[in-house]
Amino acid sequence: MGDISKNYRLNFLKEVEANVEEGEWVKMCMQCGVCSGSCPLGKFWDHPPQEIFMMIRAGKRDAVLTSNAMWMCTSCYNCIVRCPRELPITHIMHGLAHYAQRLGLAPAHQPTAKFAQLFWNNLMKKGRVNELKLGVKLYFMNGIGEGFKTSLKMKDIGLGMMKTKRMNPMEAIGGHALEDVKGFHAVMQKAQELEDQRLANQRP
Amino acid sequence: MAAEKKFAGYICTGCGISERLNVNQLQTVATREGKIAEVKQHARLCAPDGVQLIRDDIAAGATHLMIAGCSRRSKMEVFNFPQVAMSRANLREGVIWARPNAPEHQETTQEMAADYIRMACAELKYLNIASPSAEQKLNKNILVVGGGVTGMTAALEVAAAGYPAHLVCDEGELGGAWKDLYKRVPFRAAASEVPNGRDVDLPLPEEPGIAEMIAQVQANQRITVHLNAHLAKTSGAPGRFAADICNTAGATVTENFGAIIQASDFKPYDAQQLPEFAYGKTPDVVTNFELERLAKAANGAPLKRPSDGKVVESVTFIQCAGQRSEQDGHLPYCSGFCCTESIKQALYFKTQNPDCDTTILFDDLRTPGAAGEDFYRCGQQEMVTFSKGKASAVVKNGAGLTVKFKDLILNEDTELNCDLVVLATGQVPNNGPDPYAQLAVDEAETEEEKEAARRKLEVAPPSILNLDYRQGTDLPQLKHGFVDSHFICFPYETRRTGIYAAGPVRRPMDMKQAMDDAAGAAMKAIQAAESAANSAAVHPRVGDLSYPKFRKEGCTQCKRCTVECPFGAINEDEQKYPVFNESRCRRCGTCMGACPVRVISFENYSIDSVNQQIKAVDIPDEFSEKPRILVLACENDAYPALDMAAQAGIETTPFVRVVPVRCLGSVSLSWITDSLSSGFDGIVLMGCRRDEDYQCHFVRGSAIAAERLSKVGDTLTQLNLEPERIVVHEVAITDLARAPRLLNDMAATIEKIGMSSFKF
Repeated sequence: MGDISKNYRLNFLKEVEANVEEGEWVKMCMQCGVCSGSCPLGKFWDHPPQEIFMMIRAGKRDAVLTSNAMWMCTSCYNCIVRCPRELPITHIMHGLAHYAQRLGLAPAHQPTAKFAQLFWNNLMKKGRVNELKLGVKLYFMNGIGEGFKTSLKMKDIGLGMMKTKRMNPMEAIGGHALEDVKGFHAVMQKAQELEDQRLANQRP
Repeated sequence: MAAEKKFAGYICTGCGISERLNVNQLQTVATREGKIAEVKQHARLCAPDGVQLIRDDIAAGATHLMIAGCSRRSKMEVFNFPQVAMSRANLREGVIWARPNAPEHQETTQEMAADYIRMACAELKYLNIASPSAEQKLNKNILVVGGGVTGMTAALEVAAAGYPAHLVCDEGELGGAWKDLYKRVPFRAAASEVPNGRDVDLPLPEEPGIAEMIAQVQANQRITVHLNAHLAKTSGAPGRFAADICNTAGATVTENFGAIIQASDFKPYDAQQLPEFAYGKTPDVVTNFELERLAKAANGAPLKRPSDGKVVESVTFIQCAGQRSEQDGHLPYCSGFCCTESIKQALYFKTQNPDCDTTILFDDLRTPGAAGEDFYRCGQQEMVTFSKGKASAVVKNGAGLTVKFKDLILNEDTELNCDLVVLATGQVPNNGPDPYAQLAVDEAETEEEKEAARRKLEVAPPSILNLDYRQGTDLPQLKHGFVDSHFICFPYETRRTGIYAAGPVRRPMDMKQAMDDAAGAAMKAIQAAESAANSAAVHPRVGDLSYPKFRKEGCTQCKRCTVECPFGAINEDEQKYPVFNESRCRRCGTCMGACPVRVISFENYSIDSVNQQIKAVDIPDEFSEKPRILVLACENDAYPALDMAAQAGIETTPFVRVVPVRCLGSVSLSWITDSLSSGFDGIVLMGCRRDEDYQCHFVRGSAIAAERLSKVGDTLTQLNLEPERIVVHEVAITDLARAPRLLNDMAATIEKIGMSSFKF
């Protein structure tokens, strides 16, 4: 239970409102549980959305931010469609994931988090996703042994894709890029600066 | 009453009657067997020329009409001749629409129609024209008991309709249980269909408006306020109530009234019974009613902890405190106002300090009333924390408090610290003693029941109305001390005619609902006073001018009628003869059914008027394979259900003969024995649901009938007949498919057990 003096205090809810995309909706949840019942993957999560929202209101900061729940969302939007209070639940879940990642609290070796990072890094290089490199990185994400095993398992599909020109082996060297990569990097750097500034001003 | 009865008969041949039935034969039945000299046929009796035909006959002296055609429930507005007695033979819904149109059924269908003609003619002979008794004159004064919001609203509504009101308040000032309100739960919902924002314009707590209401009452010329007063005695009946209004100084004034509204509201639940929440152990645990006083005293300044005056920075509301629980001393019901009340009070803290931690621990959040769900959203918007949780204990923790509870969403036992705990306690109806408490002691069957009934009698509250009635001093109750009323259809009607209950004394409710209730009861009270002046019944036999009369020389002073009347209409004189109070009477006939010596009757409904119908039915012999089943159907639910079933084309056995009765309570056992001995093979009684969720329009009629009929088995055994021949069913007006099936089931039963041998 931890420190009960923080139980059901507003601090964490306010932190979520300030830092999480669409976080200001959390207080409007009426705990009907329709989202949890509608989630096709809910049973694989630590906490369904309804529970996450209640945990936020109960002040369970660590439990929420280290939860795997928001990383398991597949963005099927079932919950958004069904929420009688019209909460943007999917967006809140992604917002929470992003916030946890920023704070370095996301669960270690969380595959979705890892993949998201790989995707981001890949994209940032040339402004385009290099699918070949992304695929290889993904296979080797959990070590060399598993990487070779997965590669061998997938080799027929890979060859097939090359044969039908769905994949270009030359992408492994350099790969295609935006016309103005330099300009793209400048835009992204500026955006990062603005975001850092915003967060620096918001931190309680 | 006309000195001589002049009969006239009419058979309508429209709506397919002439195609399906041999109308000429029916006419012969009416003249030869029904002994109505002049019977006319008309192709469409409800058309203007048909009605004119009847009017002309009335003008020429006809006093008694037999109309054969559609059901007595159809075309009531057309066949409306209050100056004559009338019986109607139900050939349309009762016969042709309930039977298939095929040659092989022709014979039984015609027999059915002929019997209904015979029955209508026989009934007519025993009907008299009901005339107003003029027992009371118009008294426009309305008495309102209770000086709270409900009572004040009722008085204002009565006055606004042009009637004088007397408001009796047992306290020194008006306002009642809600006078300490700092703000009230909003009387409105959010504006609807605001583009892109259903959370804009959410309702906020409003000014209570009680002081303004008190000022309005005091300024109103038509309202007389009696403060520090109570009713020492209330006697009479609608139109002629006399109330002794007694004040604490001992002065008594007697006023006469046309009708009474009881708006005694509620008493706050006694939280001393909640030691688990530390109530009484620390001043920092308060009830919702006490918090309201704190807020009113603070008047906008920050709310402080009562124990040490520290400004409250965290507060927890415990919903359903001592409510919705079967535990001894708790209220088993939901008081229906406390969720919105707690949201309102949480907003007091949020308005002061948006950072105040306000947690509402609820099990089911219910927000009935005008603001409804919008007010819940308003609370959430302001960051009140709503947690589905069940509190188990409140303990002191240093200067503050710790609330232990189970979070039902997170499924864990947890706790939270706060400065102040508010218990959302409920409403206890402020009612007088249960008038039947003594009867419950007398009639208890086991020693345990007797003891429980006696305990209830001992803790009974003082009387509010002090009625001078044979059946006790106050309004009868249904459950938990709330006034009994027909919850769905006639919410303000109580079991004492002309006395209407409004507000939380009837069921728990919030202020806005109580005000709406008061307006409804005020209208009903005015209607009752006006009806009494015309000697006419109020609901459900609105306008009925007949009233029970009894033959004193035959009466055995058995007191059954005075005890069983569901409405306490009958008093007793010194010799224990019944004294009927016509305007208290609802004309259900329960007294008539109760009377073992059959001396009670109405002008237009009597033991004979039904008995003659039963005797008029032509009973084929034992070997004809044509049984006869008597159906005594409640005219409020069962009879219309059968009519509607026929309209829907649902088939009924041709062997039934249906007699509508005012209420199953009016059924005399003599009808049962007489019909059995005259050769009926089965009897089906159809009344309304009679348990706690009763549907009986006369509240107890159906239950009393069931009780009486439980003893009918002896009669059957004496006659050497099978007990299956008599059944009692509860039928709702919606039972279209079921009601005919029940009759068909009886036909099947008789086919199995055989015909009655009492056919002569």
